[in-house]
Amino acid sequence: MGSIAAQLFSGLSRDIKSGSSLGSVNVDLQTDATLQVDISDALSERDKVKFTVHTKSTLPNFKQNEFSVVRQHEEFIWLHDSFVENEEYAGYIIPPAPPRPDFDASREKLQKLGEGEGSMTKEEFTKMKQELEAEYLAIFKKTVAMHEVFLCRVAAHPVLRKDMNFHVFLEYNQDLSVRGKNKREKMEDFFKNVVKSADGVLVAGVKDVDDFFEHEKTFLLEYHNRVKDASSKSDRMIRSHKNAADDINRIASTLYTLGTQDSTDVCKYFLLVSLPLQKIEARVAADEDLKLADLLKYYLRESQAAKDLLYRRGRALVDYENANKALDKARAKNKDVLQAETSQQVCCQKFEKISESAKQELIDFKTRRVAAFRKNLVELAELELKHAKGNLQLLQSCVGVLKGDT
Amino acid sequence: MQLEEEVEDKFELNISITNPEKVGEFHYISPFSTTLPMFRSKTFTVRRRFSDFLGLYEKLSDKHTPNGYIVPPPPEKSIMGMTKVKVGKEDNSSAEFVERRRAALERYLQRVVFHPSLLQDPDVREFLERDDMPRAHNTQALSGAGFLKMINRATDSLSKMTIKMNESDVWFEEKLQEVEAEDQQLRKLHIMVDSLVGHRKELSVNTGGFAKSVAMLGSSEDNTALSRALSQLAEVEDKMEQLHQEQAASDSFCFAELLADYIRLLGSVRASFDQRMKTWQRWQDAQNMLQKKRETEAKLLWANKPDKLQQAKDDITEWEAKVTQYERDFDRVSATVRKEVLRFEKEKACDFKKQIIKYLESLLQSQQQLIKYWEAFLPEAKAIA
Repeated sequence: MGSIAAQLFSGLSRDIKSGSSLGSVNVDLQTDATLQVDISDALSERDKVKFTVHTKSTLPNFKQNEFSVVRQHEEFIWLHDSFVENEEYAGYIIPPAPPRPDFDASREKLQKLGEGEGSMTKEEFTKMKQELEAEYLAIFKKTVAMHEVFLCRVAAHPVLRKDMNFHVFLEYNQDLSVRGKNKREKMEDFFKNVVKSADGVLVAGVKDVDDFFEHEKTFLLEYHNRVKDASSKSDRMIRSHKNAADDINRIASTLYTLGTQDSTDVCKYFLLVSLPLQKIEARVAADEDLKLADLLKYYLRESQAAKDLLYRRGRALVDYENANKALDKARAKNKDVLQAETSQQVCCQKFEKISESAKQELIDFKTRRVAAFRKNLVELAELELKHAKGNLQLLQSCVGVLKGDT
Repeated sequence: MQLEEEVEDKFELNISITNPEKVGEFHYISPFSTTLPMFRSKTFTVRRRFSDFLGLYEKLSDKHTPNGYIVPPPPEKSIMGMTKVKVGKEDNSSAEFVERRRAALERYLQRVVFHPSLLQDPDVREFLERDDMPRAHNTQALSGAGFLKMINRATDSLSKMTIKMNESDVWFEEKLQEVEAEDQQLRKLHIMVDSLVGHRKELSVNTGGFAKSVAMLGSSEDNTALSRALSQLAEVEDKMEQLHQEQAASDSFCFAELLADYIRLLGSVRASFDQRMKTWQRWQDAQNMLQKKRETEAKLLWANKPDKLQQAKDDITEWEAKVTQYERDFDRVSATVRKEVLRFEKEKACDFKKQIIKYLESLLQSQQQLIKYWEAFLPEAKAIA
């Protein structure tokens, strides 16, 4: 395990130009010259991934026009959480945090491979190793893309891009000393979420006077659930597809071995049939399905963020209505009226501020979503066609050779 | 390398087995059509039970295997077959199993009649023509595990024997090694193909599930064009579910069944090698016996017991004849085995080629369907605004 792990887990840096899945979810984000962010490089070490965040900006806030820093996943989460906790941003859809880089599955497989090294032929071992490396690389590219999308969304947002923490994140070239949450904090988070979802149900129950928001609430709830279902079903489908593809690969290898044993006719046939088999299923399982799956996963998180926005607005509305009631009561009793008035004004302002930006945010969300789905579905169809046509050609030529050979 | 004398089989004998009907138990109706003069009529139909097929094999094997012929074996009785891997929820009455067995029996019978020597066997003729077959006994040995055990026992004793026989003709030794290696590979392949069939069926089910969830997603999407595209996508995925199902069937019927047939057939090939060993052993034993008898004669001569001498001389004559006979048997069986193996290999090449082409064409068809579906979908996706 040691030697292979050392090879795989160190020094794997991203090949920037090779098609990341970034394209499928990052649409309609105007890259404008005042602030451009990307992840120019990434390094995978034993336990963590180090992202090189590269910024180009003409904004006066930054010391230089172009600079890079190294960031780890926890620092992205810190940034995301700071947006969520900032009351000023309650009226915006906070771009969803990138998922934690997860190489556990790959690691497990790698371990199994190391353990089984003695029991397989050199070719089998090399082939499996190559497969694992390809898989690892794919996961690696995906996690880089997800982190990059997050940063780009922030950079493209008219308000969030000006955030102080964001600038620190981009520019401060030391470690941000953001430690991951300890157990107690994680427990606190857990309870916070429980309370929030209970509250969310309460808030959602309050009918909104505004038709637009009422409609959005109903829509998002249903949409989110359906995206969740579609996402999990697509994962399941991809897993079966991968299993079948693995089988086919193994079969093709065995056929190839059988075919190269000697030069009888049957061996020729085996060789011939192993070629298309090797090409056909493996790629399909990897590319197409992942496109759709990634898209669904991303919109699962985005729709949750949109729901969170609606929740915050709903919460503010409830607070506003409660403040109104409290004010009425105070006026009736003629007690603490000034306090109630101030409180009511604050709530009113908060609510109106959120409502104003929320409407635009939700409209933008729709536009983004439609564009992303369009791009993705078109690319999916084109990829499927490309592969199917390639496979068809290969199969036709094989059949031709077999039939012509009397 | 000697040239095999090509016997051009210029006759027609078309056999097919149709689906069974349950009349008490499963009966198979086999419409035959033939131009061979030895049959009473040109077309005829008979009903046979599954055990009848097993009975036919037993009769043919008893008669011809000792002479070195490769007698095609019938399919197993049990569903487990040779991989002992339960793939999905299948039971003896499932449509798939019934069809699989029907096709296997058809191939079995076709192989039997395609064999020039077996075709001449009266038992085969009776099987094809006779209206009412008496029940075959002792077919328990041939069903499922029993059959496998028999094959395995034969191969075990074979491997023990190969060490002892000093092979004068290295062709046999090499051939046997080839056969054993091929058997191993085919078994490995069979397990893999079975696994593939299982996974494809799973994929089909999961694709169906995905299709439904996409349809649901489409119906809740409020952008009309996207909603329509999503429901189109759901339809495409639905069709893919069907495609995967069909492909799984093709994997199973084209590929897995072919491998299963040849694993069984290789068992018969090894059995014929085994028989050759036995005749060799019998010849050697006879030579040893002859030697003993000669020693007995010498001892008697020396001990001067003229009354027993005649017996000894008679014994020697008897065993000399046996040695000659058994040597001739061995040569004959060796020649038969050799001829059979060559015929088998030719048939195998043909068979594999045919099935591989069929399999590739099924894959080809899948891809064509895929292209059709996605080409229909693409404009819908592009129409999203």
